[in-house]
Amino acid sequence: MIFEYAPAPESRSVVTLRETHDLFVDGAFTPAEGGEYLTTLNPADETKLAQVAVAGSADVDRAVAAARRAHDTVWGRMPGAERGKYLFRIARILQERSRELAVLESMDNGKPIKETRDVDLPLVAAHFFYHAGWADKLAHAGLGADPRPLGVAAQVIPWNFPLLMLAWKIAPALATGNTVVLKPAETTPLTALAFAEICQEADLPPGVVNILTGAGETGRALVEHPGVDKVAFTGSTEVGRRIARSVAGTDKRLTLELGGKGANIVYDDAALDQAVEGVVSGIFFNQGHVCCAGSRLLVQESIAEELLPRLRTRISKLRLGDPLDKNTDIGAINSAAQLERIRELTDTGEEEGAERWSPDCELPSTGYWFAPTVLTGVSQSHRVAREEIFGPVLSVLTFRTPEEAVAKANNTPYGLSAGVWTEKGSRMLWTAERLRAGVIWSNTFNKFDPTSPFGGYKESGYGREGGRHGLEAYLG
Amino acid sequence: MADRRHTGKAAKGGEGTGGGAAARVPARLAVRKTYKLYLGGAFPRSESGRSYPVTSSSGQHLANAALASRKDARDAVAAARKAFGGWSTRTAYNRGQILYRIAEMLEGRRAQFVDRAVDGQGLSRADADRVVSAAVDRWVYYAGWTDKVAQVLGGANPVSGPYYNHSAPEPTGVVAVFAPQNAPLLGLTSVVAPVIATGNTAVVVTSESAPLAAIDLAEALATSDLPGGVVNLLTGRAAELGPHLAAHADVNALDLTGAGESAVEFEETAATTLTRVLRPGPGADGGEDAWLDPDPGTARMKPFLETKTVWHPVGI
Repeated sequence: MIFEYAPAPESRSVVTLRETHDLFVDGAFTPAEGGEYLTTLNPADETKLAQVAVAGSADVDRAVAAARRAHDTVWGRMPGAERGKYLFRIARILQERSRELAVLESMDNGKPIKETRDVDLPLVAAHFFYHAGWADKLAHAGLGADPRPLGVAAQVIPWNFPLLMLAWKIAPALATGNTVVLKPAETTPLTALAFAEICQEADLPPGVVNILTGAGETGRALVEHPGVDKVAFTGSTEVGRRIARSVAGTDKRLTLELGGKGANIVYDDAALDQAVEGVVSGIFFNQGHVCCAGSRLLVQESIAEELLPRLRTRISKLRLGDPLDKNTDIGAINSAAQLERIRELTDTGEEEGAERWSPDCELPSTGYWFAPTVLTGVSQSHRVAREEIFGPVLSVLTFRTPEEAVAKANNTPYGLSAGVWTEKGSRMLWTAERLRAGVIWSNTFNKFDPTSPFGGYKESGYGREGGRHGLEAYLG
Repeated sequence: MADRRHTGKAAKGGEGTGGGAAARVPARLAVRKTYKLYLGGAFPRSESGRSYPVTSSSGQHLANAALASRKDARDAVAAARKAFGGWSTRTAYNRGQILYRIAEMLEGRRAQFVDRAVDGQGLSRADADRVVSAAVDRWVYYAGWTDKVAQVLGGANPVSGPYYNHSAPEPTGVVAVFAPQNAPLLGLTSVVAPVIATGNTAVVVTSESAPLAAIDLAEALATSDLPGGVVNLLTGRAAELGPHLAAHADVNALDLTGAGESAVEFEETAATTLTRVLRPGPGADGGEDAWLDPDPGTARMKPFLETKTVWHPVGI
């Protein structure tokens, strides 16, 4: 049974929405030269939240020029300790304004307030706080006695963790003395624009951070701009390939954090209740809009019949609905386009012979929603086992031996994350050693920390973000 | 390509008497070496049956080298992939001993490599000696790195929660190496040793014009307990083999040092499968002298390493 809960909505009053937002260039909000705007919606009810400017190539030119000027005249030559103090100050403002930002993020993205409040925002502040301390210690990072900033970084981020991805990009870039031009995702620009205000509030020198809103064309113009020294992209593998091709033959440095098809391996000796929790959070955290999601459950055949009913029981208790309700576990899908892609791919799973199950789950009548879904009887050749769905859809496969588990887990062009559930330490380490993935969660899943390097093998991209390793991407 | 019949003696103006019937016959005819590819631990000819003449710096014909084909490149990738599992899971200590063994084998063949550098590259004997010494020492250098690189590049991460969290470097897989064109021994060693020291396997396109030192080196590799397939050497044209290696989905990384004008094209091609790319550095065309630094550090190992981070809860 599922308990009835009284609605417990987080108040929207902490957020003041503005009707239109302009570009943040050289320390000030200025309109796009083309005069074009796009509308960002609340995906939970399809209401309009705001209009944001669409940056064109002229705007990219002036943002890159501002970033270059700021790098050459102020930021690149500032003592590291002073740069660090700006970042500490930003971290503090982020903490002070975290409730406002969490609500705004949930409104613009559709993810539950429980996650923005307890995961996204604390990590955002922690990223700035962690990197602030690096700014005057770079000579100790193992990257040479006098590592130098690269210059201007072009950064393009996705919609699944808008402000957190901004923090992953901006904090290390600024700590190392680079200046940035960042483009948030088309559907989730609002927290990046709020961050621009925080830069003003922190008295960050103009041009150190520039925020250009827009869609794919803006991003393309930015990463292909000849004036940038560094490109950092998080998003789809398809766009990642295009960017890798476009920087060929240039001196630009590149890091890419792309798609994944993470395997979550459950051995027969795993603590089953914990494993069920981990599998559920592995795929349903953030509606499955997670590049490192555990979207393939590999369960040892001998316990599949025991595990799967427990998994279904647990999933039946997930609460889907208003992202701002503090009891909500699963929020809205971020956009109509993403919902369509999830529907289409999940349907192919059924067409290819997988068995589809979702709990009884009433979906709100407006907004973009997709019920948590489990596909069983999936084989490795099915599209739902090979392609990233980026939604709340779990594909279940079985294995008999550890060797088979590893072979199936690695049988993908991706290599971002994997999970291992076992009570036996030696088996955990044996498995972790053989998995070709950048992050291995053992008896846990979807954990993140600014000190912990994140990034993939193979077609999940290259370079690491976070930790000492992440600094390398911004130093020459 | 040079004329195969343009012999050294003719180039030097002819020592013979000039009369065909009266040509001098040596008391003992030297046994020449047939230069082939080094692939999967064996020395096959190119499947294409092609070869090309290799000349000294003064134009003297030295030997015919195998002209590797697209299919040879494909076979080399397959051999390197097959060898990867075993090589990457050897202990770092064991890899270090094998790399040191390569240095031992080279030391024993110093004279051969010095002669090769004098004949092939036109180096003075003193310069050739210096280059060969540096090449031997380079293997010793990387032999010592095998069991230190994880400590230098990895470590514990103090995450904010009850978790054990640890990052360590791992080899990326199969690396296609375009060896420097003007540095056939020391340059070649300097790009191949760091790739395999960390547990990767390599498909190497050697210097096109001076490929013989690479095959001489292969003879040392083959007798050093280095498993077959860890290093595969293709003599031939980078421009011909490169597009196939760059596009190959089972190649994880490219070292474009010797790719010359094709480097940009190969980097573009590599983007399709997000193959890691090391662009040509400033010394790419600098000859053996560009590779003399005795302490190149981790710069040539890092591009072919992945960082793996493992989390585990702490609790009772």
